[in-house]
Order: sequence, then C-alpha cells, then structure tokens
Amino acid sequence: MARIDVNHVRHSYLPNPQKDADFALREVHHTFEDGGAYALLGPSGCGKTTLLNIISGLLHPSHGKLLFDGKDVTKLSTQERNIAQVFQFPVIYDTMTVYDNLAFPLRNRGVPEADVDRKVRETLEMIDLASWAKKKARGLTADQKQKISLGRGLVRSDVNAILFDEPLTVIDPHMKWVLRSQLKQLHRRFGYTMVYVTHDQTEALTFADQVVVMYDGGIVQIGTPAELFERPRHTFVGYFIGSPGMNVMPVVIDGKTATIGSQRIELPGAPKTAAENTGAIELGIRPEYVRLGRDGMAVKISKVEDLGRHKVVRASLEGREIAAVIGEDEDVPAEPKVRFDPAGINIYADSWRVEMGA
Amino acid sequence: MEKTWNNKAWFMVLPVLLLVAFSAVIPLMTVVNYSVQDTFGNNVFFWNGSDWFTEILESERFWLSMVRNLIFSFTILAIEVPLGIFIALNMPKKGWGVPVCLVLMALPLLIPWNVVGTIWQVFGRIDIGLLGYTLSALGFDYNYVNDPTDAWATVILMDVWHWTSLVVLLCYAGLVSIPDAYYQAAKIDGASRWAIFRYIQLPKMNRVLLIAVLLRFMDSFMIYTEPFVVTGGGPGNSTTFLSIDLVKIAIGQFDLGPAAAMSIIYFLIILLLSWVFYTVMTNFDAER
Repeated sequence: MARIDVNHVRHSYLPNPQKDADFALREVHHTFEDGGAYALLGPSGCGKTTLLNIISGLLHPSHGKLLFDGKDVTKLSTQERNIAQVFQFPVIYDTMTVYDNLAFPLRNRGVPEADVDRKVRETLEMIDLASWAKKKARGLTADQKQKISLGRGLVRSDVNAILFDEPLTVIDPHMKWVLRSQLKQLHRRFGYTMVYVTHDQTEALTFADQVVVMYDGGIVQIGTPAELFERPRHTFVGYFIGSPGMNVMPVVIDGKTATIGSQRIELPGAPKTAAENTGAIELGIRPEYVRLGRDGMAVKISKVEDLGRHKVVRASLEGREIAAVIGEDEDVPAEPKVRFDPAGINIYADSWRVEMGA
Repeated sequence: MEKTWNNKAWFMVLPVLLLVAFSAVIPLMTVVNYSVQDTFGNNVFFWNGSDWFTEILESERFWLSMVRNLIFSFTILAIEVPLGIFIALNMPKKGWGVPVCLVLMALPLLIPWNVVGTIWQVFGRIDIGLLGYTLSALGFDYNYVNDPTDAWATVILMDVWHWTSLVVLLCYAGLVSIPDAYYQAAKIDGASRWAIFRYIQLPKMNRVLLIAVLLRFMDSFMIYTEPFVVTGGGPGNSTTFLSIDLVKIAIGQFDLGPAAAMSIIYFLIILLLSWVFYTVMTNFDAER
C-alpha cells in the first residue's frame, strides 16, 4: 500500500498543447492517503479516467510528477508501479480456468508455484469464488467475471493501490449493491488504497470516504459525502450531486440580505464577496432545504412528482424554476409559498462558493 | 395455438426449384448416368455397374493425384496460416497505414485466377520472367518447366502470394475487435508479448482462423486454374492435382465413364470434408 501524490499533473492527448482547452487534465494536485477509499466523480469527459490511467501508468502525463510514498514513479511502466486496475468491462482470459486467471499475474512475475497456489486459494476465498476454481472463466456471469478482474489485483499482496474504472457499469442493479459492499468490506479488512472512478453519485457516495469531484479537466471539490451535499464549493457540484440538483438563482447581495426579483431573503451572514468581483452572484439552495408552506415567497407550482418516499415539487419563483422536496404525507397548500432554510443557503460568486461572515 | 398451413406458398419456391434442377440436379444426374454406363459412340449405352468406380479406386494414378493434392493443401496451410497471423499482428491498428495496408492486402484477392496463373507463368520464365531470369542470372538452377521441385515451389509460392491476404484480413478483423482494456489489463498483469498472443489474441482469433483454414483447405483441394496455367500439371505428372487429372481424363482422353465416376468420388470427398468441418465448427460454437 502506498500514499499517492499527484503533483501538478497536466495531460493533453495532443502533441503540442497550447491553450487550456487542449488539456484533457488541466491541473491536478492532490494526495491520496495510504489506505484511503477515494471516488473520482464527474460527468463523461471530465478527465477522471485520464487521471486514473496516469496513476496506473497506462498514460504518462505531459507535465507534472507522480509520487508513490514519496518515490518518483512518473517514468515507470505500469508493471513497475505494481498497481491493480479493474476496468469498465470485465477482462478475463477466457481460455483459462478461474484458478489460472488468478495465478496469471503471479506466474508472469516468476513467483514459485507453491506461493502461487497459497495466494490464489486465499484470494478465491476473499472474492467468494472458491467453488468455481476449476471452471473455465468464459462461462461465468458478468459480476463473477468482474470479481476475477479484481481478484487478479488482490492476488498480488504488495500492490500499491487498486484502481477501479467504472467497474459496475455492466453489472445488474441488485448485484451492484452486493459487490459494492464486498468492496467496502475488503477495504476495511485489508486497508488497500482504492481509487474508484464513476459518474454515478450513489456509487461514489456509498463507496468512498473522500469524494473527488472533477469537472472540465480539474478537481472542483474534495470532501466527504456530507460536505459535498451541504457545502458544494462550486455550482457544478451542487447540480451534479443530489437528485434533483441544487437550485441556483442569480441574486443581488446587500449586506446580509439577498434580493431575487421583488423578494428579499435573509442570509445567515454577510457574504465576503470581494469588492472588485463583478461576476455573477448566485444563491444556491438544495431542494431539501426549501420549505413549502403558507408563508414566505409566493410560487406557482407546475408539477408534483411523487417518488414514493418523498415528493418533488417543481415550481417557479419570480420566473425561475425551483424544486422543493416535501414529505410523502405533506400536502401542497392552495396558495403555496416557500421559505429558504438559512442552514442550506450557499452564495456563489463566479460559480465558486464564498464564505459568509457573521 | 393452432398453426395455419398455407400450402400455396410451395408454388412460390417452384421457380427456384426449377432453376436448381436445371443448373445442378440434372447435370449431376447426367454425371451419375455416365458413371454407370459405357458407350462406343452413336448414343448407344451399355450398363456397366460399378466397374468405373472400381477402376478409379484401384488406379494408382488417382491415388497419386490425391496424395499430391493433400500434400499441396497441407503445405500451403502450414505456410499461409502462420504467415497470415504474423502479418495481421504487425499491421497498423490506426492511422493512415490502415487503409493502405487493407487495399494492398485485398489486391491479390481481386485478380482473376487465370490472370494470377499467367502472371506467375511469365514471372517465372527463365528467358523473360523477372523471377526466373534473375534466379538463373544469379546462378541458381531454376526452371519450373523441367524441374518438378521448382514447379512445386512456384505453384506453392503463387498460392501463398494469392491467398495469404485472405488469412490476414480474417485475422485482422478478429484482432481489431479486441478491446483496449485487454491489453491494458495484460500490462498490469505483467504479461509477456508471447502470453498476450497466447491468451488474448489467439483465443479472440480462433473463430476466424477456423473459417480461414476451412476456406483455404476447400479451395486448395479443388485448385485447378492457377497450376493449370503455370505448369499444365507437369513436368510429367508432378503437379497434376485431382481436378487437373479429372479434366485430363474427361476432356483429354474423353473417357467419360471413368471421369464421371471420379467426379462423384471427388464430390463425395469434398462433401465429407465439409461435413467434418461444419461439425467441428458448430461443436466449437456450442462449447462457447
């Protein structure tokens, strides 16, 4: 296991990158702590797979350095870095048996056959496939195949990190849950450093201790699931995490009040927007913090979606679409009004969150 | 649910039935007719039983042609399959080289067989051919007209030149269908070049390889035009394969009876081999 330092890494797939837009990865500077479970979350094309392939050594970054436990590995090949990677589609050697699949990485490294046998048997127990050892790998189901891909990483006990590239894409929904909890269990028992790429927020939030949200080739926020939910650093994080996403609306700030159209909203504190900041000021509030009732700002309701456990109310406030989440038993009042819970209010300048003073 | 049968539909296949009857069944029956009768001309036929079949099966000439044909088929398979795989592995997977290579590979396949024969017939001539002249000038005793070994070498080289592309294209199609993740996983697992070939590329290619082997075996077992144009079956009988021998008997000697019997035996052999290959292939599919 190792701590992974990604040191000012930039990457472009073009031979001669000039402007920022040429970079698939604009600049990433982050440390993955030893034994941590991280998720890289972001939409398609945000650079998360690029970052993962740079860590695994399948790609070499155009700029910057990569350190494993303080040792520079930027120039090393995938094999020398000694990492494991599980891909989106299960990769198995389908002419081999399950046992031989797991033995393959060890035999390639010239490990004595007695050790191979011991390690493979251990790993088969870990991934719950011991009774399948003698079977040909080609007849297995997708989730079993994906476990073999994982097993080929686990079998090498000295791997520096296990990387996952959207590993549950082709797995049935109910098996996803099972596999994810098995992964968590493996992480707790053996303390692997795990980096998990996904565009599915549920997967990221349930798997990881720390979620790294990426957007347009850069990291926009790193935090625990709760932090990402309560205090999104960037409006993108607000939109991307949560269902439905955060309500974001342009406002005019005056001290401790925000004005939207003819409505005034009391803020918990005065936002510390820099005086020279001329960019757009926005107020963000999650639908969970929008209270629907008989007092507050008048809204016009366009739609109520009943999701079973709760209802999502779509409404317009001063001509802006907003969403509110209400309980399953709550009713929509005849003359609906909304209030914003001050605990859930975040203010953004140029899409980045600003702190609020007293 | 009760199925409704509409027997009028049978009339729809009648035209095809007639066409097949005139193009295949009737000619085949004519051959069968010849194979069991003898004639001395004037359209007078005598019943001959299985005599012609016995004669063919007991003739050394038939078996020698058969052995030559089998040696030829296995030789070209032994060269074309590994060579085809090797070329396919080394062909570019992306960039401008792909269309260039594909077109170059497809070229020999587009040339009519008798033209291929003529090209090599001229190419190998020691008086004006580039290959023959160069080899003789360099002091090699090469002459495909007189020397059986040289004739064989020329015919095999010609077939390799003509048909390796087919194996290459089939293998290449198999190779490009392998997702990148397999190669990346192999890198991470520390697989050697040989292990990648043995455990990733070969298993992904084996279906197309089976088709390639089947096609090349069938084609080479029925080969006629190219060796006929180059060597005419000579020198002596050294490159007389089954189909060449058959034509010699039928048209050269006008022995219609034995030729018909041989046609049927030849046809049955091909049918048998096709069945064997078909069974192997379908079993192979079922196993997957």
